[in-house]
Amino acid sequence: MRPFAYRRPADARAAVEAALDAPRAMYLGGGTNLVDLMRLGVAEPDLLVDVAGLPYDTIRETGDGGLEIGGAVRNSDLAAHPAVRRDRPMLAQALLSAASGQIRNAATVAGNLLQRTRCAYFQDVSKPCNKRIPGSGCPAIEGDHYNLAILGHSAHCVATHPSDMAVALTAFGAAVHVEGPGGRREIGMPGLHRLPGDRPEVDTVLDPGDLITGLTVRPLPFAARSRYRKVRERASFAFALVSVAAALDVEDGTVRDCRVALGGVAHAPWRAERLEEALRGRPATEGSYAEAADAELDLAEPLRDNAYKIPLARKVIVRTLAELGG
Amino acid sequence: MRVNFTVNGVEQTADDVWEGESLLYVLRERVGLPGSKNACEQGECGSCTVYLDGTPVCACLVAAGQAEGREVRTVEGLADGERLDPIQEAFVECGAVQCGFCTPGLLVQAHDLIERVPEPSDPEIREALAGNLCRCTGYEKILDAVRLAAARKAEAGR
Repeated sequence: MRPFAYRRPADARAAVEAALDAPRAMYLGGGTNLVDLMRLGVAEPDLLVDVAGLPYDTIRETGDGGLEIGGAVRNSDLAAHPAVRRDRPMLAQALLSAASGQIRNAATVAGNLLQRTRCAYFQDVSKPCNKRIPGSGCPAIEGDHYNLAILGHSAHCVATHPSDMAVALTAFGAAVHVEGPGGRREIGMPGLHRLPGDRPEVDTVLDPGDLITGLTVRPLPFAARSRYRKVRERASFAFALVSVAAALDVEDGTVRDCRVALGGVAHAPWRAERLEEALRGRPATEGSYAEAADAELDLAEPLRDNAYKIPLARKVIVRTLAELGG
Repeated sequence: MRVNFTVNGVEQTADDVWEGESLLYVLRERVGLPGSKNACEQGECGSCTVYLDGTPVCACLVAAGQAEGREVRTVEGLADGERLDPIQEAFVECGAVQCGFCTPGLLVQAHDLIERVPEPSDPEIREALAGNLCRCTGYEKILDAVRLAAARKAEAGR
């Protein structure tokens, strides 16, 4: 591990200024991903700006039924919040399925959004990886990729985004609050994470110094009927092969509205807009769910060893919607 | 750098700490508390579980600087002098220990569970211990020990 400096700024402004001070500065939240990546030699910051102690650790219910979630809120606290459990079960379930209690107790909301891919080549510094060393190549395309992307990948990177929470937040269309060198701004989800294209080393649209201070989840009453389902190889310490966050609004047997996002299939949490469009106004039946799933999965371009994810995603989507909609 | 923190109720100062050290390393190598175990170093096995400001975390994933000014309680801090904590007694009685490497982490995590949840159901116990891997026991005796400790705690509270 390379030497680095460590600072604990007093507020967001000071954090942004500190981060701009060093060429390879990184913000430190809970450390559950970054400390690991530093030990592996994947991340080599020259400065850690510890932002876990900044006063962005509260969850506030807004008068209209929305939620304001601080960037330093611990994953455990968000999963346990009554307004999340009651009104947004898919978000609570995503957080609970993401990691063990010990990890959730340390991991922050902002850090969860910014965690790096668990692609084996990215994490192994003895291997080439365009995300780690731009231009070095992507061995996963011809190599071990059974758990990697089927949607939105490029000739340069086929990695997937590992977050479960981000999939649920993408279904909600959450807004991410950013404090940056140029002031404050909001970024809608999807839209925070980018697809790899020819710059897979860039995970998000954030600029140097940008700090995620929190999120807004606007009210979505029908999300009281929502669910997160994650398919993985074992029930602890495993990332999604396919996951789905879904909320369904059914009236008189017809789908009035829906929100669906997929995880484990792309470089970013994947909002299934085609699926949603195909499902609105249709009868709430398994046939409609399957047709809508196909509308989305027609976009898939599987690699040699991960075509199984298409029927798997289809089944997980149909089953989840059927449980929600009857 | 210097790290000042409280460990098991005692103020500690660790000097010459390198920024890249983990809290686990500081506890084991500088404070002389080797109870927390160093195994996977990636938050998978839970052998290094300690309380940080009252919440169980994996000490291997906490950078030394993050511990500055905070309170840590390790497995060594569960017993009251020579008197074992009820969860430790239950592990002994149920034979929930084989090679013992995972035991310190399981004790801290199970201790937290029965503090928070007075009479945990089996799914609650399984969920709480999902971040602690044991390669010897098959978990049955560990579950027995947690049930026993929880039952005794509930009985004592009545």
